[in-house]
Amino acid sequence: MTADSEQYRVHREPFYRQQGNEVALYAAAYAARLPVMVKGPTGCGKSRFIEYMAWKLGRPLITVACNEDMTASDLVGRYLLEAGSTRWLDGPLTTAARIGAICYLDEIVEARQDTTVVIHPLTDHRRTLPLDKRGELLHAHADFQLVISYNPGYQSLMKDLKQSTKQRFTAFDFDYPEAELEATILAAESGIERTTAAQLVSIGAAARRLKGHGLDEGVSTRLLVYAATLIRHGVAAGDACRMALVRPITDDRDIRDTLDHAIDATFA
Amino acid sequence: MLRNETPAALSAERLAAGRARLDCRLPQVDGVFADCLRDALDALSPAGVDAYLDCARFLGRIGRGAEPVLAFLEEWPAVARSVGEQALPAVLATLQSFHKSPNGKAIAPFLQSLAAVSRRLAAGEPLQHYLDLTLRLLEQTSGSIHGIHKSFASPGLPDFLVQAPTLLASLSIAGLKNWVDYGVRNYATHPERQRAYFGLQSADSRAVFRRERHGTLLVDHERQLDLYLRALWGEQALFVPYAVGIEAASLASPMPPAQPYDDAGGIRLPDVLDDAHGVSGIDRYRAALAHIAGHRRWSTPLFADNCSPMQRLAIETFEDSRIDTLVVRRYPGMQRIFRALHPRPLAGACDPQRFSCLRHRLAVLSRALLDGEQEHSDADVRDFVARFRQALAGGDASSQAMADLALAYVARTRRQGDQLPEVYFTDTLVDYRDDNRPLWRFRERSDDEEMFAENRPAAATAEIDRLPPRHYPEWDHHSQSYRPDWVSLYESLHPAGDAALIDRLLDKHAALARRLKRLLDILKPQERVRLRFQEEGSELDLDVAVRSLIDCRSGVTPDPRINMSHRSNGRNLSVLLLLDLSQSLADRVRSGDGEQTVLELSQEAVSLLAWSIDQLGDPFAIAGFHSDTRHDVRYLHLKGSSEPWGDAVKRRLAAMQAGYSTRIGAALRHAAHYLAASSAEKKLLLVLTDGQPSDVDVSDDRLLIEDARKAVGELDRQGIFSYCISLDARADEYVGHIFGHRHSVIDRIERLPQRLPELFMALTR
Repeated sequence: MTADSEQYRVHREPFYRQQGNEVALYAAAYAARLPVMVKGPTGCGKSRFIEYMAWKLGRPLITVACNEDMTASDLVGRYLLEAGSTRWLDGPLTTAARIGAICYLDEIVEARQDTTVVIHPLTDHRRTLPLDKRGELLHAHADFQLVISYNPGYQSLMKDLKQSTKQRFTAFDFDYPEAELEATILAAESGIERTTAAQLVSIGAAARRLKGHGLDEGVSTRLLVYAATLIRHGVAAGDACRMALVRPITDDRDIRDTLDHAIDATFA
Repeated sequence: MLRNETPAALSAERLAAGRARLDCRLPQVDGVFADCLRDALDALSPAGVDAYLDCARFLGRIGRGAEPVLAFLEEWPAVARSVGEQALPAVLATLQSFHKSPNGKAIAPFLQSLAAVSRRLAAGEPLQHYLDLTLRLLEQTSGSIHGIHKSFASPGLPDFLVQAPTLLASLSIAGLKNWVDYGVRNYATHPERQRAYFGLQSADSRAVFRRERHGTLLVDHERQLDLYLRALWGEQALFVPYAVGIEAASLASPMPPAQPYDDAGGIRLPDVLDDAHGVSGIDRYRAALAHIAGHRRWSTPLFADNCSPMQRLAIETFEDSRIDTLVVRRYPGMQRIFRALHPRPLAGACDPQRFSCLRHRLAVLSRALLDGEQEHSDADVRDFVARFRQALAGGDASSQAMADLALAYVARTRRQGDQLPEVYFTDTLVDYRDDNRPLWRFRERSDDEEMFAENRPAAATAEIDRLPPRHYPEWDHHSQSYRPDWVSLYESLHPAGDAALIDRLLDKHAALARRLKRLLDILKPQERVRLRFQEEGSELDLDVAVRSLIDCRSGVTPDPRINMSHRSNGRNLSVLLLLDLSQSLADRVRSGDGEQTVLELSQEAVSLLAWSIDQLGDPFAIAGFHSDTRHDVRYLHLKGSSEPWGDAVKRRLAAMQAGYSTRIGAALRHAAHYLAASSAEKKLLLVLTDGQPSDVDVSDDRLLIEDARKAVGELDRQGIFSYCISLDARADEYVGHIFGHRHSVIDRIERLPQRLPELFMALTR
């Protein structure tokens, strides 16, 4: 990865509405350079929050979407073969530590546990990253911070974070915003009217009450924004909700019929 | 309808002519004939009247007394009004068939229920279908000797004819046909049970009746309604059905139909709802739930002691209207449903001189409140609609505000006639609303209020020493339908014997065990397997990478597959072995060293298998079953799935005994319910049996075979792989039909101990 920090900067203010005092808390954690973990269901605004904080603090942000096939060298870096020689290429974590960026590892539990161990020396008092293949001990930039996110809800038992990893982070619990706030968010993100936004939120609340009764996860704020966007583009409200809120989350007939009815009952 | 003479103008001449044509000297006829003829002349054409009299004459001469003639004379004009007089020849033919068979006694009940039946026939269903069905029932249930003539009357037919109107109120002709077929099939040879069935007295008669009803059944939609209540209202409740079919119809009381209600025991809902007024059955349920949920959310209880019944009725009406308004405010889509379901009472339909009209006035008001009608013709309605809207304009109002409004309404509109004993009910029942019992509190306890939900000291119950039975359906291949809750299955732990017996058996097969052990080692799971030559993988495969690099340097196209990754190769398998413990297990077979019973061989085989699977570490359960009629299928646990292979299990295996019959379907279904609960990736159900499914209460050989086949199909759908090992040399005839190709027949039973573990390993390799 190139060390040009400009491309990692967040230039425009991302839209974010504070749910509690998380902005101040995050700023305090950053001031002390403490590693941060954000937890919460999918689509409730975790990534948006980190993006917003990077903008607010004026730091570059390097995001890595973790997956099962990711290895330590995907994070740290690897040698590449070139004609006649080899060349070292920094991975995203190394780059962030060099340039003093916020490194955001999204859905960290998706990565295998042996992979996540490489972040350990960066997250305690040492703030170093040993690059053993290169024979280098990288001292992290003074502005570097590590942030991870994870969704404790839907993953299996097998995919929990190790205690030794968990205990290196300060943590925020995120949840779907309060009805009032969520309606504001929908209206601001998509430009629909406030009343329609409130109706969408009430459908979302109906679906969230079914979590554990056939739904693994409720309707996320992200999906509500999708529905609002479709409505904004002239799609009939009922169709937009069916398309964006119901069909993606369930194949269960009873749940589908119930949510369809909730939509019809709300948008008469 | 032809009207050739006015009733009053029935001439003596016409009466005499009719009487002559009837030509019947039974004295009972004289008393009613004039009235009947007048009715007939009103309903029938002249030719129809003649045919009517001819038919009555036939009935007068069959020697069954006056009853049939009277029934016919009285009923036919009404039948003709419903289905048309052209149906007479068919009815006459039916009557003649009755007369020719030994079922003459059924003629009177047939005629007596005919008018009610013809009224109940759904539009477009010809009476002929009902007649055909009746004749078929007669044909199939009349007993005969030596198979030539029908010589015994059908026991169930008179009961059926009595019940027919009730049945047709809830069933279509097709449903009625299924119901009749079921009874004929199961009770054709059992007079008492047949009568109980066709008289709607027996439990399965009612169960089949419920299943065949048209409309939306609560049992089929319970989950959906539960989801509805949770999702839209954040409430939860138990749904308790109350019958609106048989029980309600057979009560034949003038009581208004029951309403939904909500109390400590749960939300009571009708067990079936038809579509009505363009609202689907499920939406009617939802409307009822929305109303009840609205009460739970917005109503506060009021004290009832100071209100008269009329005042309470008014308060309930206002409160219900408030709840509906708030529900619609929250879910505007409910408005269409409420408006469609709420009756539209006509203003002025109730005569205040004859009836108590308060109920009707309130229904008119309730309708106006629901419609938000401000231009109503009645000034009081207009005024109270306005006051109601004003009360709710600023917020949710309250139950107390509604009570005040209601009391003002009652005071304003009081009429003398409200005290009349007869209440005008037409169009006043709003059937999605509940009966408001949670709305009232009583300072004083009285006898006339229901106190069922109050806490009462529970009667001391005996400690239960065994599990209650589980009921399973059974497939009836004749009707291609399930018999609901047909089989009762009792499960328990198998009694224990002497573990040393099993150890001795295992010692006997020590050589075989050593051979198996070698096979098992090969099967043992290798946790991590390396996958080489991957283009993308978790790590670099150094050997290949160097080779590629050399290729690269020497100008040859390098192999890009230089990575490797790992795959875990764990066995994720859950196994249940189901043993047939029926009497045939006691048969003796010749084996190498003398004679052995199949039971002993099974014990050896099962012990070896259990030992092998224990070596592999797969979760493994053993259970046995046998049956003694459908009321007593026993399912015995020999080894629990997580129980280690040890002395406790060996003791149970040692005590295995043979007895009773093989009703395999229920055992398969029960075993499946255990396997389905396991979280393993692959689920295997091994069935070890030595004969075809049979039971002492089943005479049809195919029935249990078809049921077992159906059960295997159910297992497949649940992702359970079933495999049958049959010890019956003639098993090919049926076992393939039940299990498809997933079976083995072991002809030389003495080799079972060796074959069983081998089969298992082959299956799971």
